[in-house]
Amino acid sequence: MQDFAGTFAHSVGLILSGDAELWAVVLLSLKVSLLAVFASAVIGLPLGALLAVGRFRGRQAVIVLVNALMGLPPVVVGLSVYMILSNSGPLGVLQLLYTPTAMIIAQTILVAPIIAALTRELLEGLNNEYAEQLRSFGVSRMGVVATLLWDGRYGLSTALLAGFGRAIAEVGAVIIVGGNINHVTRVMTTTIALETSRGNLALAMALGVLLILLAIMVNASVAALGMSGRAAANV
Amino acid sequence: MSDRGAPLPVTVNDLTYRVGGQVLLDIPSLEISQAWPTMILGPNGAGKSLLLRLLHGLIAPTSGTIRFNGQMAGGAVGRRQAMVFQKPVLLRRTVAANVNYALKVHDVARAERKGRISALLEQGGLSDHAGQPARTLSGGEQQRLAIVRALASDPDVLFLDEPTSSLDPSASLAIEDLIARAARGGAKVIMITHDLGLAQRLAGDIVFLHHGRVCEQTRAPEFFAHPKSHEAQAYLASKLVL
Repeated sequence: MQDFAGTFAHSVGLILSGDAELWAVVLLSLKVSLLAVFASAVIGLPLGALLAVGRFRGRQAVIVLVNALMGLPPVVVGLSVYMILSNSGPLGVLQLLYTPTAMIIAQTILVAPIIAALTRELLEGLNNEYAEQLRSFGVSRMGVVATLLWDGRYGLSTALLAGFGRAIAEVGAVIIVGGNINHVTRVMTTTIALETSRGNLALAMALGVLLILLAIMVNASVAALGMSGRAAANV
Repeated sequence: MSDRGAPLPVTVNDLTYRVGGQVLLDIPSLEISQAWPTMILGPNGAGKSLLLRLLHGLIAPTSGTIRFNGQMAGGAVGRRQAMVFQKPVLLRRTVAANVNYALKVHDVARAERKGRISALLEQGGLSDHAGQPARTLSGGEQQRLAIVRALASDPDVLFLDEPTSSLDPSASLAIEDLIARAARGGAKVIMITHDLGLAQRLAGDIVFLHHGRVCEQTRAPEFFAHPKSHEAQAYLASKLVL
């Protein structure tokens, strides 16, 4: 218990000292995860909305598949992206392996299904309410998708948060495709794993504390924005 | 009403709507003219809302045709019509944004919209609520918003599905006034109601439905004074009709 308290106190000291190496790792983590969430939103939001609105053969099978992909094992995604981006893989020529871009790709594969599935769930309910009125207006299918995405935007922030949570806490895939290279692809989770194995528990703990604080801050910010927006639109 | 030529009469031929093996609507022939507001009356489950949705082209009939002045229901014809539902479906936006949405989907130029929104909200007595979230309005205000939003497209035909149900008398009166003004403005009103007083005041003719069939179609004064069918007589006398 005394060890834990001592390590924790040391970790707080590290955070407060403004250690450059620690903050570089934090910033890279944020950059990779936010870009992955952005890319996932670009894919997942319209896909989820189309699944909510569309009526086509095989729709149910696609929904089951997207839901199942929410539980993709990160190490399997990491391995697959590794094989695709390695020199002998189909995209090896791009030389992306062991770069932050490779990490963003892996995280996007993990996060996009989460955003798509949650978007589909939320917008299907909204579509049930709006469908007849929008049909009466003569709104096109794409117009319906745009309307649902706009009117469901506060609920959809929860889907984006869930995606961010998955991305920022992810370690299995990014360590495979990023390689945990110091100053290049080392992020919070991979550093925690490395420093723990080295016995540098203070740094690992400091990063753990920051990881939790970041998650809380991002959630709180989105919740505050959502609450004020919801109040304005009464949704 | 927009200057696009007479949109009516609506002519219904051999119309049926079935779900499973059950016939929910069976209308061999029906013609509704442009001249005056038409009220569709009948007990619950008679198929009134179903008929309105079919006329507006929201659903397709199992068989038969619906033509507006020779053109099939739905599609381009549907774009020149508007419908107000029993429970108004308001977007999660402000009152003004709800009207703006209707204007936008009907390709009204952005520069023209601001003035149109003000005029429509004034028409509905909602000018003071322009910036308010639509869903915080009272029931009567919500229905008024739904009606002025429907009028935003300057429709040839305005379908209304029990717009005054669950409203108090003063709120109903405000709705009635809006509908009467829309009718005077040239929109053909086709409306379902259980409010017989309102039907007597507004209707030019009555279509009386029972068990998915048209029992009677006649001028309103004649219908209320001398209903011909046994079902209509019982309905007006508030008797149970099975």
